[in-house]
Amino acid sequence: MQFWIIQGLNSLSLGGLLFLLSSGFSLIFGLMRLANLTHGAFFMLGTYFGATALRAWDGLNLWITALGAGLVVAAIGGLFERLVLTRLRGNTLGQVLVTLGMSFIIADGCLVLWGGDSIPVPTPQSLQAPTRLFGFVFPTYRLVLVGCAVVAAVALYYLLERTRLGAMIRAGVDDRQMARAVGIPVSNLFTIVFCLGAGIAGAGGVLGGPILSAYPGLDADMLPLALIVVILGGIGSLLGAFIGSFIIGFIYTFGSALFPELSYIILFLPMILVLAFRPQGLFGRVVT
Amino acid sequence: MNPPSSSFALEIVGLKKAFGGLVVTQDVSLAIRPGERRLMIGPNGAGKTTLFNQISGDMRPNSGQIKLFGTDITPLAPYQRAHLGLSRTYQIITLFSGDTLEHNITLGLLGLRPARWQMWLPMSSYRDLSTEARRILDTVGLLHLAQHPISEIAYGEKRRVELAMALAQKPRVLLLDEPLAGLSNTERSAVKALIASIPRKTTLIMIEHDMDTALDLAETVTLLNYGRIIVDGERDAVIADQRTREVYLGA
Amino acid sequence: MKWLGIALIAAAFLLPPFLAGDFYINLASQILIAAIFALSLNLLVGFGGMTSLGHASYLGVAAYISALLTSRYGFGHGAAALISIGGTVAMAALFGVIALRATGLGFLMITLALSQVLWGLAYRMSDITNGDNGVSGLTRPAPFGISLENPVAFYWFVLIVAVIAFATMAIFVSSAFGSSLQGVRDQPRRMAALGFNPWMIRWITFVYAGFWAGISGLLYVYYNKYIHPTSLSTTSSAEALLGVIAGGSGTLGGPVVGAALVLLLKNYVSAYVERWNMLLGLVFLFIVLVMPAGIVPGVTRLIANLGRRSR
Repeated sequence: MQFWIIQGLNSLSLGGLLFLLSSGFSLIFGLMRLANLTHGAFFMLGTYFGATALRAWDGLNLWITALGAGLVVAAIGGLFERLVLTRLRGNTLGQVLVTLGMSFIIADGCLVLWGGDSIPVPTPQSLQAPTRLFGFVFPTYRLVLVGCAVVAAVALYYLLERTRLGAMIRAGVDDRQMARAVGIPVSNLFTIVFCLGAGIAGAGGVLGGPILSAYPGLDADMLPLALIVVILGGIGSLLGAFIGSFIIGFIYTFGSALFPELSYIILFLPMILVLAFRPQGLFGRVVT
Repeated sequence: MNPPSSSFALEIVGLKKAFGGLVVTQDVSLAIRPGERRLMIGPNGAGKTTLFNQISGDMRPNSGQIKLFGTDITPLAPYQRAHLGLSRTYQIITLFSGDTLEHNITLGLLGLRPARWQMWLPMSSYRDLSTEARRILDTVGLLHLAQHPISEIAYGEKRRVELAMALAQKPRVLLLDEPLAGLSNTERSAVKALIASIPRKTTLIMIEHDMDTALDLAETVTLLNYGRIIVDGERDAVIADQRTREVYLGA
Repeated sequence: MKWLGIALIAAAFLLPPFLAGDFYINLASQILIAAIFALSLNLLVGFGGMTSLGHASYLGVAAYISALLTSRYGFGHGAAALISIGGTVAMAALFGVIALRATGLGFLMITLALSQVLWGLAYRMSDITNGDNGVSGLTRPAPFGISLENPVAFYWFVLIVAVIAFATMAIFVSSAFGSSLQGVRDQPRRMAALGFNPWMIRWITFVYAGFWAGISGLLYVYYNKYIHPTSLSTTSSAEALLGVIAGGSGTLGGPVVGAALVLLLKNYVSAYVERWNMLLGLVFLFIVLVMPAGIVPGVTRLIANLGRRSR
């Protein structure tokens, strides 16, 4: 019984992490029609920043670290968007290639700065004590991760549905040309959304550190998961990214625990099923 | 008394299409006889091109049936409908701009032939195809431009190539979506003459905005508005109909 | 003028065994293998308009099947090669069905996801694939009893295969099917209205491209006598894509030039610069921003301009 509870919680926390990773990816894809292949690298950057910061300053507040790393990664993303991506508007293949190239640059850069060994990230002291609920013992940090994902989801929902910025983003997602025609600064919007997506990924990376550790290749492990979540949940749908993240979280965790060698196959089975029966994903709209 | 289905070239029964809350095709039913020259008119947004898209298979209706010479084509993909004798032209030019006129027509000829699957002989070895392509270009008066890339010819000439490509398929039913759009007066006469010369064994259905020119070519007219058929019948009767005036001149 | 170019290229490929030392002959073999792989990818990217980031999967799977069948299960090279290509083509057929549920970016993402999954399998199923250690201690085949251990002998073998590959793919591209493929790339709706089946055309091309990628995979494992999961990683697919785009997709010669350049860069640079991946990324950015059509179209235009000016 303990096994199922533990794996269940691990699934939820992985799902939460995946949401932090893929919500940005889905937003960027939905608004900018850009498959941001740098996204895994943004996440990994956050993990490395968090690893260094949390190991160097014991007792450093996790949330501040996540926020800080998120801002730094957002800034890097913003520079990249302004300097490189703006020149390639409309050139989908070109955008794919440069985001891929950027991911190589960041990944190699991390290798240079942090070396080839895996860096474990300490769980913050305040969250180390286990929680007792319903007579079971849960690692607190994993519960916190789920909470973070929910907070992020609510915050993003609020941003998209209740603010003017969100309305502009949604208009841009629905009909870019029309949005431009009514005076929405689509170009600036793109930069903002790219920064937002990158920033959430970076912050998510910090929060994921204690569970995943920072290691070379983390970006290559995370990116396909983001892709599968978005294919499953549907492009540009926040709800799809949320539900998709947890579905994949469960499938990956239980799959790895029960059939470790086949976890990759089990992972892409839902993707195949979705593509076969509902190509626009669970919640996506059919992209014309 | 209803004649049997197969005596109609194209029959549409109760077609409905909606995007979420927006209904673009409302219970459209049409029966077009072989050899007929039908004109679809209606204001912008009336749903004419949407109707064409459903006939050609580019869009799926929510309900209703489309029959081509008695065969139910509603579940069929666009390429399958082409093999049953349906052809269409588009509002925007959809030619292969980097290729020559001859190559464009040759592709049009290849679409229905088994040779299109063959991968071990270069195209240049198909003498009969290039001869036929040149003959077709000659009938539309563009043989002198056969080796020019599409990107280098005039807009009116591109429209004629589009038409030639559709005719190369020797279709039983041809859908023409605004074939006269954007043409100068001389170009318009040329294309009009071309359309008028299409043999009777091809049934023609046209969408056009330029009513003065198009009405000469039409025998029957269907007026659409808000996705619904308002008036349908012989040309002169539809023009004289009160409802037609209301749609174009009224509120 | 055209014949001079062809003569030069023929000379470039026929001379190495007579003039150069083992190092350069081996490099030439590697270039030819990379060229076949790049040409197969270009069928998809340049002629089919389908950008795939998972093409290395087919090279890798062919290589792994051959490696494992010969080293562990005692198969002869002939049988192993047949099963290997058969398996690769079957996999391409299956992956093609999955990936072609989408086009454009969706297609790209699915090919990337599928290839990553395959890489994960190669890495994790160490009982079968030996994981991170790779499969080593392999042999080269001896067709008709002729040993290919010698670099020169191996080079002639690869050259013959490369010429067949190039000729077949050139005919494919200029055939009726090839024309229909390019038509579907440019105007898929128009092609459907003309009676062509766009999905089938794309799928057949996908499988055919997988076939030649598999062939290059066999040559790859014969050359290296070793296979490792990195060979089917995204980096590997990305290098091939870079070669195709840098050289000029949509031409036949472009991918060959591009693949050669990427290989030379990798071989020489990695001796001096440790950060190959970073350099690869920077080269991507450079090519896309500065020379998007690729090198071969750029150079051909340059030569055409020079010719015009001298008149």
